[in-house]
Amino acid sequence: MIEAEGLSKRFSQVAAVSDLSFQARDGQITGLLGPNGAGKSTCLRMVYGVLTPDSGRACIDGIDIAGETSAARSRLGVLPHAAGLYGNLTARENIVYFGRLQGIEAAVLERRARELAETLGMQDFLERRVKGFSQGQRMKTALARALVHGPQNLVLDEPTNGLDVMAIRGLRDTLLRLKAGGHCILLSSHVMQEVAALCDRVVIIGAGRVLADDTPSALRARSGASTLEQAFLQVLGDDAGIG
Amino acid sequence: MGALWIVFRKEFIENLRDRRTLFSALLFGPLFGPLLFGAMVSRMLEQNTLESDQALHLTVSGADRVPGLVQFLESQGVVLRRVEYGEEDATSAVRRGDVPVVLIVPAEYPDRFRAGKPAPLLLVADSSDSQTRKDTERTRSLLTAYGSEIAQRRLAMRGVDPLLALPVAVNDVDVTTPTGRAAVVLGFMTYFVLFAMLMGGLYLAIDTTAGERERGSLEALLSLPVPRASIVGGKLVATSAYMSISLAITLAAFCGVFRFVPLERLGMSTNLGLGTALRCFGICLPFVPLGAALMSFVASFARSYREAQSYLTAVLLVPTLPIAFASIYSLKTRSSLMLVPSLSQHLLMTSVLKDQPAAAGDVWVSAAASLALAALLTILTARLWRRETMLR
Repeated sequence: MIEAEGLSKRFSQVAAVSDLSFQARDGQITGLLGPNGAGKSTCLRMVYGVLTPDSGRACIDGIDIAGETSAARSRLGVLPHAAGLYGNLTARENIVYFGRLQGIEAAVLERRARELAETLGMQDFLERRVKGFSQGQRMKTALARALVHGPQNLVLDEPTNGLDVMAIRGLRDTLLRLKAGGHCILLSSHVMQEVAALCDRVVIIGAGRVLADDTPSALRARSGASTLEQAFLQVLGDDAGIG
Repeated sequence: MGALWIVFRKEFIENLRDRRTLFSALLFGPLFGPLLFGAMVSRMLEQNTLESDQALHLTVSGADRVPGLVQFLESQGVVLRRVEYGEEDATSAVRRGDVPVVLIVPAEYPDRFRAGKPAPLLLVADSSDSQTRKDTERTRSLLTAYGSEIAQRRLAMRGVDPLLALPVAVNDVDVTTPTGRAAVVLGFMTYFVLFAMLMGGLYLAIDTTAGERERGSLEALLSLPVPRASIVGGKLVATSAYMSISLAITLAAFCGVFRFVPLERLGMSTNLGLGTALRCFGICLPFVPLGAALMSFVASFARSYREAQSYLTAVLLVPTLPIAFASIYSLKTRSSLMLVPSLSQHLLMTSVLKDQPAAAGDVWVSAAASLALAALLTILTARLWRRETMLR
């Protein structure tokens, strides 16, 4: 379970996020939906603790994320917007490196890496160096790296960016499987269809504030719109919240 | 400590697989200095032997007027080329570079010589040309020798003891030992050693900081439950490891080069054997973490590989500044100078190469000063990595 409580963050004069609160529950996929520059990445970065909020706090399973060695961090898998890999290491070595830093023993890790490769369909390129990987292969490796310590919670920042249809479908299947396993998944996106197809709950963000927080169907019903896209545009209003 | 070791191992192995890193850290950096050095010393040797062995070729105008001088010069092994040049012909011939130097005997020479008055000789040469300067100097000293021989003969003929004209006799006593003389040449060898050491860590310092940011792997790394100090520490230890390897290769290469360069023929000897090399390694070792921390600190500010590279080319010059400063002001080894990193290593290494034992106290002060500065820079780097701006 991921909780954001009154998160605020300013960069010099610009308020990127203002008093943002929401919950992402276990066994659900929660989507942060908003136009570019709405504050989604800033919000997620505070949730996974690389940015410190000016006020408010983010808790993972009830533990405050603040602090480098916080116990909350080991309950969290992170796929940042820029999920770069180490080109001169193989996919397996990339995964194992993060696993070691999460404090997992080498023997356990080898098994974990094999299991993840199997679930994500990475057997063909597990032992190859990352340098020449396709976007889809990179995404799978980065996702495996985020999941290597078997975290209860998973945060993904725009995970479908740059992926082709097949890779997006693969990712969707993986996330649905994790959800079925009772994990808490929080992802951001600016693509309506993606959120509509995947999320149990949608938090719409504009100009750093929560504009709506509900299930996709409830959002549709409330705005009287037939599609989530229309509901989304309606919620954002005329100024569209693009800062 | 666990995380530090894991980061170190990964950085060490990953860079071992990078051809660019290997080339610059373990091949180009360490071998460039020794090879250039060997070539330079060989060339100096060649020139030295050429100059002293080769006969001096001298172009003389009006040689018929000075049979005595001609005889003297030929007895000294000078090869004369007789021409009839006016002053202008000679000037343009030297300017064109046809002849290095021209000696003109004017028409009034014989009369004045016979009358016992100073007889004029014209030496036409280009003093800005370093190639021909040696020839000019040799000609001038031969003419001086001839002049004093004539003077002594004249005095003797008049019944005066020629020694009266030599009120003082200056004898040079050169205290340079053959090793000491070599140290002049070896002086900038220390610069190559420091340079190679920094080159050894250059790519790691960039790859582990700005490279991590450019690749986009930094954010994921920083979201792990690992103290930033351990991450920075592991990276610095990896950079230091490459620098130490590079340092060892450089010193070994210098040992190898001096085995083949016949320094004795320049009247020099070198003590650069295994013992000296090990002592130099020990002197330089405290500078390794300092260089690693300095380069990593600076590269941490850069957004990209390229940016970091341009910053670090400037950083590579920093350790040379105290050395250049020291040679301009010809500073001698002094205990207070041991507080200046790079300069202290330079001075200590120079002492060791000169066969002068360095004071143990100086060695410790040099090491402590370098390590203290390294610790400070490490702390600053770790602080920088704790800041949110690392991700922007």
